[in-house]
Amino acid sequence: MNKKKLSHSNLNSSITSVLAALLCIVIGMAVGFLVLLAINPAHAWGDGFVRIIKGGFHDAPYGVGKELANAAPLIMTGLSVAFAFKTGLFNIGAAGQYTLGAYGALYCAIMLKMPWYVCLIVATILGGIWGAIPGFFKAYFNINEVITSIMFNWIGLYLVNELIYQNGTGPMYDVRNTRTLNLSKNAEYAQSIIPDFGLNKMFQTNSTTIAIFLAAAVAILIWVILNKTTFGYELKAVGLNKSAARYAGINEKKNIILSMAIAGALAGFGAGLYYLSNVSQWNPLNSTSLPAMGFNGISVALLASSNPIGTIFSAIFISHISVGGSFLSTKYYPTEISDLISGIIIYLCAFSMLFRGKIHSMLFKNADKTNVNAEPAPAKTETKKEGK
Amino acid sequence: MAEDFVIEMLHITKEFPGIKANDDITLQLRKGEVHALLGENGAGKSTLMSVLFGLYQPEEGKILKNGKEVAIRNPNDANALGIGMVHQHFKLVECFSVLDNIILGVEPNKLGFLQKAEARKKVVALSEKYGLRVDPDALISDISVGMQQRVEILKMLYRDNEILIFDEPTAVLTPQEIDELMEIMRGFKKEGKSILFITHKLNEIMAVADRCTVLRKGKYMGTVDIKDTTKEELSRMMVGRDVQLQVDKKPAHPGDVVLDVEGVTIHNDQRKKDSVKDVTFQVHAGEIVCLAGIEGNGQTELVYGLTGLEKLSGGKITLDGKDITRESIRQRSKDGMSHIPEDRHKHGLVLDYSLENNMVLQRYWQPEFQKGGFIQSDKVREYSDKLIAQYDVRSGQGSSTIVRSMSGGNQQKAIIAREIDKDPKLLVAVQPTRGLDVGAIEYIHRQIVAQRDKGKAVLLVSLELDEVMNLSDRILVMYEGEIVGEFDPKTTTVQELGLYMAGARKQGKESK
Repeated sequence: MNKKKLSHSNLNSSITSVLAALLCIVIGMAVGFLVLLAINPAHAWGDGFVRIIKGGFHDAPYGVGKELANAAPLIMTGLSVAFAFKTGLFNIGAAGQYTLGAYGALYCAIMLKMPWYVCLIVATILGGIWGAIPGFFKAYFNINEVITSIMFNWIGLYLVNELIYQNGTGPMYDVRNTRTLNLSKNAEYAQSIIPDFGLNKMFQTNSTTIAIFLAAAVAILIWVILNKTTFGYELKAVGLNKSAARYAGINEKKNIILSMAIAGALAGFGAGLYYLSNVSQWNPLNSTSLPAMGFNGISVALLASSNPIGTIFSAIFISHISVGGSFLSTKYYPTEISDLISGIIIYLCAFSMLFRGKIHSMLFKNADKTNVNAEPAPAKTETKKEGK
Repeated sequence: MAEDFVIEMLHITKEFPGIKANDDITLQLRKGEVHALLGENGAGKSTLMSVLFGLYQPEEGKILKNGKEVAIRNPNDANALGIGMVHQHFKLVECFSVLDNIILGVEPNKLGFLQKAEARKKVVALSEKYGLRVDPDALISDISVGMQQRVEILKMLYRDNEILIFDEPTAVLTPQEIDELMEIMRGFKKEGKSILFITHKLNEIMAVADRCTVLRKGKYMGTVDIKDTTKEELSRMMVGRDVQLQVDKKPAHPGDVVLDVEGVTIHNDQRKKDSVKDVTFQVHAGEIVCLAGIEGNGQTELVYGLTGLEKLSGGKITLDGKDITRESIRQRSKDGMSHIPEDRHKHGLVLDYSLENNMVLQRYWQPEFQKGGFIQSDKVREYSDKLIAQYDVRSGQGSSTIVRSMSGGNQQKAIIAREIDKDPKLLVAVQPTRGLDVGAIEYIHRQIVAQRDKGKAVLLVSLELDEVMNLSDRILVMYEGEIVGEFDPKTTTVQELGLYMAGARKQGKESK
């Protein structure tokens, strides 16, 4: 009987979260439409709104393939942020960890000509190290991880740019394209590209690999770790109440470092998926902006309420409207318009707690009334004894 | 109007989603009386006071001042009617002087410039009139908790309040300070001020109140004259059944030494002083040793040191013959130490975890509950259900209830179930009944005595002298980080303990 109750209440809360996220999306789209109207009313519907909604399907199957290729690393950076959230940390450093992961993957691919899975592992390790350092400072010196990881974003970016560029003489650098060497242009790098098992043919692209499935598998793995293992139990306990975790004999310092390291590793893995699928190449001359993938991960995590499985869907959605935005005719709209819409959606996600509360009380008003109030539910025997 | 009521709250009903916090409650305060408001936690005392202060609007009922109906929409309205309150948690600005705190919000000024001299005269006069002996220039952070409370009282007097509400005022005071507070209350009474005294301590009601209104689970149980009633009757009205006020316990049969504390010193880095100084004592199997003292005299730090939450700067701790001075928290737990922490929200529970997850907080890693790093959720559920049934922990959805939604008493019961069921050699219980109602206190006391009778060593830390006297087999008094005396509860008195707790007396170093 109790088991039923548990799954019931769990189900209720997942339904509520999903509905809240959908509500954010609907309102965000509506506001986005108003913005389109404001910029260029004549083309707001057909050339604007509809294209964004259609996303990759505007140019299927190519667009869909592109969507999936972009979604894979986004799932990973989303997971990175979500995992840290679950353990009480705010990993704003996913961008930096992603940068290090990109370097690791490209170095192994171009310089060492290693197979793709080794490259991925190295990317993961480098991302993990870049996450662990702010975690270490947090654990032992109580320095806020947000501040350190922001600094590590930039340190990572300049470091990697310098290592690749080396005044234009870097062996990984292709002067003509001002980017790192293109993996698919040269057969000697073939073993470093993630296999596609015919996906490229299916989508008529050249960068749709099994990365999306790898990312989804990792998301499921993370869900299992968080919800089914003693390790996850400890991590969440530290996140929810550090003092109580300590009281229970959990080594909270170790857990903070581990959890930042894992968050970093996830972001690094994401970078590996992106660059080893050869979606694009690293541009070391770009020294003013961090990879957007890192920050979009925050959006993905928020939209998914930090649920690892949820990040799969929210990453695909964000990727969907971004690709949609890229199909907008620049005659009418700037391509950034999709970023604006996803920005509005994310902003609304901040309200999703509010939505969640409202939706929950609307749907399940009668289901768990007892839970609403902090008063003890009077036991039946006692009320009988009193016999009013 | 047959009687001279200064404030009347008639048939107040206030509902929250899913619960009637106040159900047809009537409270009539006479001019110049001390009126006690008695009820367990969650009985509706705070809700009723919030209604009086205009923080909540009742669904039904009305409030009368001197026979005339008044509308109280916010605390300012209440202030204008001369109603003032000393909150349980003081609302003082730590880095302000006493005087600044008193005038805060009603600063006397000319063209925006403060006129403190006048205010000061008034404060000094009031302080003398009621024997409060407060130094208007002292900083709040430098004065004792008892003095801070008097500043709160002065705040009400300065605003010429006629109706003074005291919310659990004695929880933070020593026995001597409590006596003085009672005297101050009597002084107010003589001056014709009316006092509403919220408490769950029956002794104090018997000592100072004229009448008492009792609430239970949001309902009005009646108002009685104190001279016509007894403590037993009051507690029956409050709880709804007979309550054993005295703990029934047989004489102790102390066995071998279980906990041996030798010269333990703990340095507080923030305050740059030793919060525990060279403390030495022992706890034997089958006895309850109680550490008594006023809050902030090193008891908390000592317990942190014993349980491993804080590092010792000197000394040695032995548990059942094993040196555990440098052991980790987990290892101490494995060695047979259970800890009912002082702050159940900070340390005792992960509030956003389900009840079952909290029930295994100390044992989730044991082979019983995990296999290869995977939590055996059915085993956890089974165990949690067993504890819930055995220790009568009540919650909305059983094992899957989020602990945050449970009442304080049941949260505490869950901790006690968890810690006792570990079958420890030593049980360290810190203020195990803090903030709980009489029924729950009775239950927890019985559990602790049962543990002793099973031959466990129990170290109890308590600020409540009634609890200390009732429960312990041996009392150690702590003052400023030192143990200043050892007593046998059968031969000592609350007054004597009070003197040691306040640092007025000290035994020689003969105590072991």
